[in-house]
Amino acid sequence: MSVMKRVSLIFKSKANKALDRMEDPRETLDYSYQRQLEMLTQVRRGVADVATSRKRVELQMNTLQQQQNKLEGQAKQALGAGREDLAREALSRRATLQTQYADLETQYHSLQADEEKLTAASQRLQAKVEAFRTQKETIKATYTAAEAQTRIGEAVSGISEEMGDVGMAVQRAQDKTAQMQARAGAIDELMASGALDDVTGTGRDDIQAELDQMRGGQDVELELERLKGEIGGAPKREIESGPVDGAAQPSPATPAEQPQAGESS
Amino acid sequence: MIVRILGEGQLQVDDSATDELNVLDAALEKAVNSGDEQALRPALAALLDRVRSLGTPLAEDAIEPSDLILPYSDADLEDVRELITGEGLIPG
Repeated sequence: MSVMKRVSLIFKSKANKALDRMEDPRETLDYSYQRQLEMLTQVRRGVADVATSRKRVELQMNTLQQQQNKLEGQAKQALGAGREDLAREALSRRATLQTQYADLETQYHSLQADEEKLTAASQRLQAKVEAFRTQKETIKATYTAAEAQTRIGEAVSGISEEMGDVGMAVQRAQDKTAQMQARAGAIDELMASGALDDVTGTGRDDIQAELDQMRGGQDVELELERLKGEIGGAPKREIESGPVDGAAQPSPATPAEQPQAGESS
Repeated sequence: MIVRILGEGQLQVDDSATDELNVLDAALEKAVNSGDEQALRPALAALLDRVRSLGTPLAEDAIEPSDLILPYSDADLEDVRELITGEGLIPG
């Protein structure tokens, strides 16, 4: 049998079960209406869940972007200092992040699409639930068993189908969201472990550590020279003029701010 | 006739489209029966696209059962199998 017919039959049999449940058809109406309200709550929660998940992915994307920028900056800094190896390391890490970023971007668009679909589904259900409530009251007011049976049957199976559809959509969105949350959690953990480099700069960033060390090394050297000069008793401006007294191998004092690509380490 | 695309809503489609839709549905059915995931995607997409272009969306507050119900657009083989056996369907 055809796919469309089989799916329709499945939905119809579910709707019929809902109809058969009650002795008095009017009870069916009230029961169905209760279920509709519950379903509306569920769909709205579903929309909120997807939105939360989307925002989380968005935050992670921002973080990854910042991290990529930082690594690029580090690569430049390392190159400037003649450390191609370090620059290479920074760039290769950035490439890893780019892959992660692309993955998140796909997730983001998928969540966005889900959110739009669920929002539309929620609006459709809302409109139908309101229409159902009106019909329900009319049917109850003009209740004659024979007539009501048919009208209730139509209204209930119509809305039951809608709820089956929406219910599934929410379920699917939530399953997907749960999977994405798990992956988002994994990325968070990876970031926290420092494996993706640490954005918080709490000292786990080894590239930065090495760059800092290099600069620190230079600063120390410069400071050392300056002190040597002072101990030698020579006023700063005279240092350049050559050795005074026993000052050992004086070299030009350089202001600490002036960056200098050193050969140190 | 009224056709529902799961996840998208209901459309009014002229009865004259039945034969054409049946042909597309047969291709989908074949893919499902032979467990051919590669063939399923395009078959489903073709069927849904045709329904979307032929149909007119039903009013949001219309409460009417559909004559035909189609799987949601991103359904895979397993999803379609669940749909035609009723697994994973939340009863209304």
